Amino acid sequence: MARLQLKNLHAKVAEGGEKILDGVDLEVSSGEIHALMGPNGSGKSTTAKVIAGHPAYEVTEGEVLVHLDEDEFEGMTIPEEKRIWNLLDLEPNERAAVGVFLGFQYPVEIEGVTMVNFLRTALNAKLEERDDLFEEGEEAETEEEAEDSGYDTSPMEGNADEGDVGVAEFQELMAEKMDQLDMDTTFAQRYLNAGFSGGEKKQNEVLQAAILEPSIAVLDEIDSGLDIDRLQDVSKGINALRDEQGAGILQITHYQRILDYVEPDHVHVMLDGKIATSGGPELAERLENEGYDWVREEAYETA
Amino acid sequence: MSSDQDHLRETDSEKRFEFKKDEASAFRTEKGALDEETIRVISEDKDEPEWMLERRLRALRQFHAMPMPTDWPGQPDLSEVDIEEIVPYIRPDVDVRGGVDDWNDLPEDIKDTFDQLGIPEAEKNALSGVGAQYESEVVYQNMQERWEEKGVIFCNMDEAVQEHPELVKEHFMTENVPPSDNKFAALHGAIWSGGSFVYIPEGVTVEMPVQAYFRMNSEGMGQFEHTLIIAEEGSEVHYIEGCSAPQYSTFNLHSGGVEVFVGEDAHVQYSTVQNWSKNTYNLNTKRAICEANGTMEWVSGSMGSKATMLYPSTILKGRGATDNHITIAFAGEGQNIDTGAKVYHNAPRTKSTIESKSISKDGGRTNYRGLVHISDGAEHSSTSVECDALMFDNESTSDTMPYMEIEESKVDVAHEATVGKIGDEDVFYLQSRGLDDDDAKQMIVAGFIEPITEELPIEYAVELNRLIELEMEGSLG
Repeated sequence: MARLQLKNLHAKVAEGGEKILDGVDLEVSSGEIHALMGPNGSGKSTTAKVIAGHPAYEVTEGEVLVHLDEDEFEGMTIPEEKRIWNLLDLEPNERAAVGVFLGFQYPVEIEGVTMVNFLRTALNAKLEERDDLFEEGEEAETEEEAEDSGYDTSPMEGNADEGDVGVAEFQELMAEKMDQLDMDTTFAQRYLNAGFSGGEKKQNEVLQAAILEPSIAVLDEIDSGLDIDRLQDVSKGINALRDEQGAGILQITHYQRILDYVEPDHVHVMLDGKIATSGGPELAERLENEGYDWVREEAYETA
Repeated sequence: MSSDQDHLRETDSEKRFEFKKDEASAFRTEKGALDEETIRVISEDKDEPEWMLERRLRALRQFHAMPMPTDWPGQPDLSEVDIEEIVPYIRPDVDVRGGVDDWNDLPEDIKDTFDQLGIPEAEKNALSGVGAQYESEVVYQNMQERWEEKGVIFCNMDEAVQEHPELVKEHFMTENVPPSDNKFAALHGAIWSGGSFVYIPEGVTVEMPVQAYFRMNSEGMGQFEHTLIIAEEGSEVHYIEGCSAPQYSTFNLHSGGVEVFVGEDAHVQYSTVQNWSKNTYNLNTKRAICEANGTMEWVSGSMGSKATMLYPSTILKGRGATDNHITIAFAGEGQNIDTGAKVYHNAPRTKSTIESKSISKDGGRTNYRGLVHISDGAEHSSTSVECDALMFDNESTSDTMPYMEIEESKVDVAHEATVGKIGDEDVFYLQSRGLDDDDAKQMIVAGFIEPITEELPIEYAVELNRLIELEMEGSLG
């Protein structure tokens, strides 16, 4: 069980840019699905990027905390003093290692790097960084070393020094996850997002989350630009992240549409850089019917 | 100059005598002695036939008559290349056959690179010259046993002058790279030493790549090495030059010459991965002449050096001849890598593709300088040029200068260039997946050069990647 906690988060565009986040408070726990809605320019994507550590933004106030349970990561006991992390103190890759994943609205395309090579490298890098951050006890390390030596014996598994997860083992894992998401097996050998359709890119973001197994996944407009079939595939993947892996999902979206397939436990509406109101799934339906004006009115009345 | 001349005469009589008693001993010339006398000494040391001496002398005269190239737009600064300084540098080239005697005499950055590449001690010894002769003999013998009976020749260029004079006489710096081509080709023609000679008879396919790996380093300390490849009609060969470990250079000018003859229907691939020490001016001339339906492929990785000017070129002489270029350049701090390709379409239905990639970092400068010439009458020819530049930071620069001279209207010409900085967004994306900053950048660069690495045998590809990783970590030089 992990919990992501945003406390009074203020942020602006780095190097003297405009202020975007103006005191965001939000909590997402493993196993929950939260929808974050709001009009364009209200700060939703910025919230996602700040959580993941995008260099274009500067946090001026507040905290982004991750609370972990002692058994948060398989095969690892997290000591008491290492269960709370302020993400703002960590590099983006360290944030990934403590269990946070960001699904991008516009994933980049990288030529020459195959999906399978990229994802195995990423997974091993994450596991290695995790070991560094949590400084496992003597005992746990020995156990893992014993596992590694097993890979040494089979060349197909790759060498132990290539990371915890060998080539063959990873290919199997990837094939299984792609199958669950109804993805074509040729995906594995394609270059990262290069020439992918909009829908394929979004599906790929969900695939990456499935393989990297985050505790908390922040998905930035994962539904934009999808046709109805692909929307269903992607939704299936998101539900599996929660149901099978127990991840907490922060789903940023403009539309009710995806929420028909991925039913949120909580819905938050963002306005002018803060959470204006929160509620259950019924809130999303009201937004769909009435737009955001009423939220704005209510927010300014109370203010 | 008279005292220099005196010194040279003294050299001729005394030091050379010593040299003949003991191979490891060196003869010396003084600065400013790049004259006929010096050339005669070199040629005599090599027991060369009169015709080769004549060629050297002719090249020397051309060298002195030609001006330094200074008027190319944006070319590397060559003002430091003092011709008068060159002569003493001939000495190790000619006489220290085994290279340096002591590993400890290698420059620090070269030693570090060997260490970080994980090159074992025995190989270090070979690469630094000790024992290389032995190793190279082994390589030769393996090659010879396998291919000799088919008439394949693979030997040292100096040896070829002695053993295969007719072939060398006909092809050496005659129609392919004449000394008049450029000032450094002329210099090369005068003082060349070492290099490879490869001859593939008609119809023979050499399945395994011919590699000048150890040999380049044993003889090779040769900074003026000459490579001559003759592929007769219908033959096929893949020649790999140099090693991906850096070339050792205590001196600062490398001026090699490469001549490739691709016969009708023949296929030659010339691959090179080179990493020069960072005080080196790397000024080479490489050219192929391709007969009807022949195919020439250049695959090159240029790393290291202070400044490189290198434009492998192909003359598509016969109908239906094809040329493919794949080049990669990497420039770090204080480096100026000026590379490209030249293709002359001189016959109908000829075809060329050029794919050039460059990476610049920490103020390094890369330049793509290319020329595609399609002659009048070369109808139905096509060319496609693609250059991509990747920069790490705002201090680094990259220029693209593709010249196209099209004299024929029935042709297909395509050019595409992209220049980009390693995107913060790309790096952040990979970081968000768990890779640290350095690994993310390395992955992007590895992907960028992937078209090159896939053309190389796996061990070269791995070492090229590793070299670039080391460059990016800033742990070289």
